[in-house]
Amino acid sequence: MKSIDDLLTEQPLFSDLDPEHRRLVAGCGRLRRFEAGAWILKEGAAADMFYSIRKGQVALGIHVPERGDVVIETVGEGGVLGWSWLFPPYKVQFDARAVTAAATIEFDGACLRRKCDADPVLGYALMKRFASVMAARLQATRVQFLDVYGNAR
Amino acid sequence: METRADAGVLAPEFLRVTGRRKELADTWTLELEPRAEFPFRPGQFNMVYVFGFGEVAISISGDPAAPGKLVHTVRAVGKLTTALCASKAGAQLGIRGPFGTSWPVDEAAGGDVVLVAGGLGLAPLRPAVYRILAEREKFGRVTLLYGARSPETVLYRAELRRWARAGIDVRVTVDAADARWRGNVGVVTRLIDQAAVTAGATAAFVCGPEIMMRFAVSSLTQRGIPTDRISVSMERNMKCAVGFCGHCQYGPEFICRDGPVFPFRRIEHLFRIREL
Repeated sequence: MKSIDDLLTEQPLFSDLDPEHRRLVAGCGRLRRFEAGAWILKEGAAADMFYSIRKGQVALGIHVPERGDVVIETVGEGGVLGWSWLFPPYKVQFDARAVTAAATIEFDGACLRRKCDADPVLGYALMKRFASVMAARLQATRVQFLDVYGNAR
Repeated sequence: METRADAGVLAPEFLRVTGRRKELADTWTLELEPRAEFPFRPGQFNMVYVFGFGEVAISISGDPAAPGKLVHTVRAVGKLTTALCASKAGAQLGIRGPFGTSWPVDEAAGGDVVLVAGGLGLAPLRPAVYRILAEREKFGRVTLLYGARSPETVLYRAELRRWARAGIDVRVTVDAADARWRGNVGVVTRLIDQAAVTAGATAAFVCGPEIMMRFAVSSLTQRGIPTDRISVSMERNMKCAVGFCGHCQYGPEFICRDGPVFPFRRIEHLFRIREL
């Protein structure tokens, strides 16, 4: 069976991390599976964890009164789920639910924050990676706002 | 070689509608029966005349290997296209065409192909899909990435499933959905990041709203696909369809005659010019 460290080399977010830093990150992770339909994150809960998706698909959403659960984005294999663990007040902002059975690496956010505080080079390397994920999601969200299919061909 | 369009570029041929299928709430597929075979290349368009309303450029969305049937998928967005969508079996339409350039399907043989479609942009790409499937063994990995506004606006839903079974990696995403949707949610460019799209001998065909094509091309070039291997289908207000009138002029190009399918490298300097 592959170790968490080995599995991280297959995850785009961590694959090019310095090996020593990758081992530090792996020390805060464990394997976690979710059945289809299972809640992974609930809005408002403590943001103790984040997830790297190895297999399956997860829907990020929010409950809108009188509209029900609205899916904002789906995250699939190789994607990362959750960044609220990085910033106070460490509260989950959106719901996340497994659309299909999902195999993940679950990370203890508090554990990783402590390691980042102790090793700013690791902290900077991780922050750059999460900033890149956030920038890509922000750009995608901007395009979604344009509603490009509304009246176009 | 004289084409049908050369034979009578401004005089429409009158064809009867033989079939009409509702695809989406505002989108219909019309089938017409030409008197003789109607050969066309994937990506080409016809000028379709609706009596009492006028003429509009509509891409051909049928199978190039079945020239005995002319197929157009049309979204009702104005009076003309609404009247066109309402044309029932037996109605007569004027047809000029086929016009324009085509997707470089033959040139893509031997390599991978990624097709990126947004909204009704899947219709002009469908003939290219048929063409690829007819000789699937000539191509490497074929990936179709399709983005729509919502689950209710996913075009050719049953065919997408058939294409997946026939050896195409079909990935669909929608911009917004409720929790009943089991597929991807997010913009189509995110699919480019998820799919096994690699550089090398990969050809990309992109069709959809211009802003979507801009972001798609950006994502494809980030994957290492050169801009001369990326083709886009442009749309402007086409009138004469043969480069006489200039209504569809795009810088030095006429979309009707020099396009609608262009290698992106040829027009990328025009792409960011506003009001063009």
